[in-house]
Formats: sequence, C-alpha cells, structure tokens
Amino acid sequence: MLRLSIRSSACAVAVFTAFAAPTFAESLTVSNWDGYMAADAMDSFNAASGNEAELVLHATNEEIMGKLIASKGIGYDVVFVSSPFAEVLNNLGLAETLDHAKIPNIANLFNEATLLPHDPGNTFSLPYAWGTTGLCYRSDLVDEPTSWGDLLMPAGDVSGKTTMLATDRWLLAAGQLQLGYSVNETDPAKMAKVRDLLIEAKKTLLAYDDTTFYAKLVSGEAELVQAWDGWCNYGIGENADIKYTIPAEGSDLWVDTMVILKASEHKEAAYDFVNYILDAKNHRWAAENILYKVPNKAAMDGVDAGLIEAFPNMGMSPVEMLKFEQLRDVGAAQRDYSRLVSEIKASN
Amino acid sequence: MSSDRRPLILMSPAILWLFALMVVPCALILVLAFFRRGIYGGIEYIWTLENLRLVFDPLYFNIFLKSASVAGLSAGIACVLGYAAAYAIATMPRRNQPLLLFFAVLPFWSNYLVRTYAWIVLLNREGLIVNLARWLGYQGELPSMLYTEEAVVIGLVYNYLPFVILSCYAPLLRLNPEITEASRDLGASAWTTFRRITLPMTVPGIATGFVFVFVLSIGNFVTPALLGGGQFQMIGNLVYAQFLTANDWPFGAALSMVLIAVMLGLLMAQAVVAERASGLKKGQGNG
Repeated sequence: MLRLSIRSSACAVAVFTAFAAPTFAESLTVSNWDGYMAADAMDSFNAASGNEAELVLHATNEEIMGKLIASKGIGYDVVFVSSPFAEVLNNLGLAETLDHAKIPNIANLFNEATLLPHDPGNTFSLPYAWGTTGLCYRSDLVDEPTSWGDLLMPAGDVSGKTTMLATDRWLLAAGQLQLGYSVNETDPAKMAKVRDLLIEAKKTLLAYDDTTFYAKLVSGEAELVQAWDGWCNYGIGENADIKYTIPAEGSDLWVDTMVILKASEHKEAAYDFVNYILDAKNHRWAAENILYKVPNKAAMDGVDAGLIEAFPNMGMSPVEMLKFEQLRDVGAAQRDYSRLVSEIKASN
Repeated sequence: MSSDRRPLILMSPAILWLFALMVVPCALILVLAFFRRGIYGGIEYIWTLENLRLVFDPLYFNIFLKSASVAGLSAGIACVLGYAAAYAIATMPRRNQPLLLFFAVLPFWSNYLVRTYAWIVLLNREGLIVNLARWLGYQGELPSMLYTEEAVVIGLVYNYLPFVILSCYAPLLRLNPEITEASRDLGASAWTTFRRITLPMTVPGIATGFVFVFVLSIGNFVTPALLGGGQFQMIGNLVYAQFLTANDWPFGAALSMVLIAVMLGLLMAQAVVAERASGLKKGQGNG
C-alpha cells in the first residue's frame, strides 16, 4: 500500500514536471553496481528534476573501466567506481573537474571525506561509500581473530574453513598488511614475499570468494573469511553470532566514488544527480539499506541507533577509518599485481 | 530459379549471420593480440609479439598444460562412462531406446549454471552428501569435496557426458549385428568380439565424443570458477581475467588465439579420423 501510494504520487509529480518543464528534460546515463542505491532512486530523481535519467549496471570496476577507456567516456554521464579507478579516469583526462557551486550538498560530507588522499578537495570525484576490509567470523565457532596471520596461517581446526577475496588488490592486501607493508607496495622483492606467504595461505583455504563468503559463514561451510565490512553485515543480519573485526596490523580504507565524465553532454543534469545523491535523506538510504557507511555527516547523523547496535562497524567514525591507508592507483605495477595473483592462484 | 543456386540462397542467411557475428568479432579480437596494452588498460596501436611470447611464459604455459590435463581426464572419464551407457542403450529392446536417450539428454533442458550450482549443494561441507553420511551414522570429519580439482572434473564429466552418449550411440546402433554374430560363430568369446570387432568399428564415435568434451572443457571457465572455488585456474579463467579484471585485452586475445588454434587442430584431427574410418568401411564393403 505504502509503495503503491509512493509510486502513484511519483507518477503524478513526473506527469506534472513533464508538462511544466519539457524543455529542460535531459537524458542521463548513470552506471552503478547492482543494488548499490535505492531501487527507485532514478524514478524519484527524474520526478524531482524532470530529467530522464537511466541506470545501467556494471558488475566490477574493471568492466566499466574497459568500456569507458574504449569509448573515451562517451555514452556515460555519471559512473560509480572505486577510488583507484577514479584516479585512473582523472589521469586519462576523462573525469570532469568538479564545479562545487553546482553541488551545494557537498557541505553534507564529513570534513575527512573532502581531504581523502586520492583526491583532496574533491576536484574530480565525490565519495559515495567507504569502509574497511577485515575479518568476518563465526564467534560461536572460532575465537576472535586478532591478526591477518589468523586468516593466512589458520589454527588446525580452522584450516580449510577460511576464504579470501578474489580481487587482486584485496587478496594481496591481506599479505601486505601481515608483512607490515603498505597496501600500495610495489617493490618486487617485497611483493615476492607477499606472494610466497599467500601461496602458503592458499593451501589452507576453502575458496577465493568475492560474492558469497557471508553465505558460507551462515551455512557454517566457512568460519573465518576476509570481508568488506558492509558485506559482513549481510551475514550479521542473518546470524548474530557473525562478527566483524579489524586485525591488529590494520586494514585498507576503500572509498567508492561518483565521477562525472568530461565527455558528458548532460553536465547540468549530471551535477543535479550527484547533488541529489548527496542529499542527507537520499544518502542515508544507502547507509540504512546496503549497510555500508557513507561519508555524509548529515546522512550518518540521522541513522537509527538500533542499526548501529546491530551492525557495530556502521558506527566506526571517519577518524578511526582514516587511520588506515587508502588503496591508490599503482599505475604500471597493476600488471605485476595481476601476474602475482595468477602465480598464487596457479600454485598447488 | 535454377536448382543449383538454391543451396547457396538457402545457406546465405546462416553464413552472413556467422560471418558478421562470429568471424568478424573473432578476427577483431585476434588482431588485438599483436598490439600493446596501455598502462591503464587501453590499447596502444604499436605492433608487438610480446603478448604471444607471454603465452609461452612458464607460468601461463603451465596453466595451459594443467587445463589440457583436466580436459583430457574429463574427456577420458566421460568416454568410459558414456560408451558404457551408449552400449547399454543400443543393446536394449528397440522400443525402449528413445525413452532412455531422452533421459540421457534431459539435463540439457536446464541451464548449465543451475546444473553446476547443484553440485555445490551436493558437495559442500554442509551439503547433501555429507548430511546423508551423518544421517547414516558416519561421525568423522569428511575431507572437503568442493573447491578441488576433482570437483571440477566431476562437474565437467557430468555436464558433457550426454555428448559422448549420443556420439557413441549412433555408430553402435549402425553396427551390423551379422558381423558380431559371425565373430561369435567363428569361436570368438564375447569379450574378444567386443575388443576386436565392436570397439574398433565405433572408434570414430568415441573420438568425436572425446574431442567434443575436451574442446568444451579446456576453454570452460564457469565450472572451474564455481566448483574450483577460484583456487583452481584453467585457461578459460585466465582469458576471462584478462578481459574482465586485469583489463589486458591484448594478452587475453593472445591466449584466446592459442586456445582457438589448439581447438581447431583437434577438431580437424577428429575430422580426419572420422573420414579415414568411413573410408575404411567403404573399402571393406567393396572388397
């Protein structure tokens, strides 16, 4: 009933604005991960602005980057990508230099979120969600892990019941952090040590898993997994014995961002869109529904206290998060990373 | 319309379709193999053989060999199981055979991904097989069956077994029963008859089944990804990773090119074997 009434009123607004401002209607193409913003976000943005924004989906950063690099950014107006990829878009000259006067809601961001190392001053990217990568575990089956070593060199009864993330950067980060290196380390000798450690770790692993690790925890197939905090929350939501912790060696700080493309032919609408997302209410939807922290003070201030009690990592402050090093674009070393990961995955 | 032009006219839509949507994209991808990858994953149009050289780098070449051994093992197992099943079906009363063949191809009616997922449900540590063992009173810890090389082989054999059954069934059915009867009349045992008469005459069917399973397996990336838990890379996964995660299209193209060459070589060898065998039969018939 509620949904029905919202939809019909949205239709009414859409009809009204279509008549009121037909000359301003701009078609806008936004690419985001599936389920990463409100299902009705596009409709309500269109209703509010009179635009005809369309959402397309990408499964991975690399997928959308492949398309953007091939088309020189033509065909897209706003894309959601992780910060190292936003850096690449900027380095390639594909990202629009942001005019803050057109994004008044930028004032809602935490101060820390405007000074992120990849883009201090938000010159080409706006943070959408941020968080940490740590250990997600079944507190009824294993003791609280305190070190990345608990994952990489698991005790006998946990061996074979751990998973690691399959994506290059995070898979390597577990080893880099354990050895006390930067998560952006590229020195070949140090990375060879990381590789050797991760090859040993692979022997104790149940699987590499980016998408269903929390389901494996819920079923008991796995007991300790490397996880993004927000995804661990999906497990916590199904089983309160599942907990999230950051090992003593630390975590990376990951930031997913919105980038307007320089090639966009609908810049006004694109600015309206990112401003609309940064609205406290709209951005809070993301925090409350996808269970990721958002870098929006106005949005986080309004988050229900019960939610933070149920999902403690939602309460982590920007100061706490910024203790961790942000993943950065490593340029040509990315190819070395890919090769290291192939070597690790091809080992027996 | 003259009748000799009719085949050409009838075939042209299919040929055009294949040319535009298969040959052209494949050619475009293969050309990429000779260009350099840009630092951020684009393509720099500078001629290079580096990507092809990299395919034969020990790291990647070993993944090739590993894929070939997994595909070979899967094809071998599928041939043994499939031939036995085809033999059983072909020797059944004629009226039962269509139903049995129907059951053999029934899995094809459901999606490949769903069928592969079913094995996850069966094999995982909290899965049906383990729970069945527990229900039957087994107490000890069972080794993890899922996310292993064996699980990948099981998945490949299961998915491609119907191809072998079908490819072996046809020659077994066509086999003239008078020949095997003659062998028995002349004193050969059932086993000798099978080994010396039936098996050699149905080799083309086995070869076709083997090559089909091998070719489909060596390039497969879904089964190793799901049943291998990402810990087990086949060449298909490597190609997938180059295009979709490493953004190294030229290297992915070079890998694909070598893979396609291997597949084409095998399919041609299989065609030659089949051609020889049919020539042999004709020769026997005339002689």
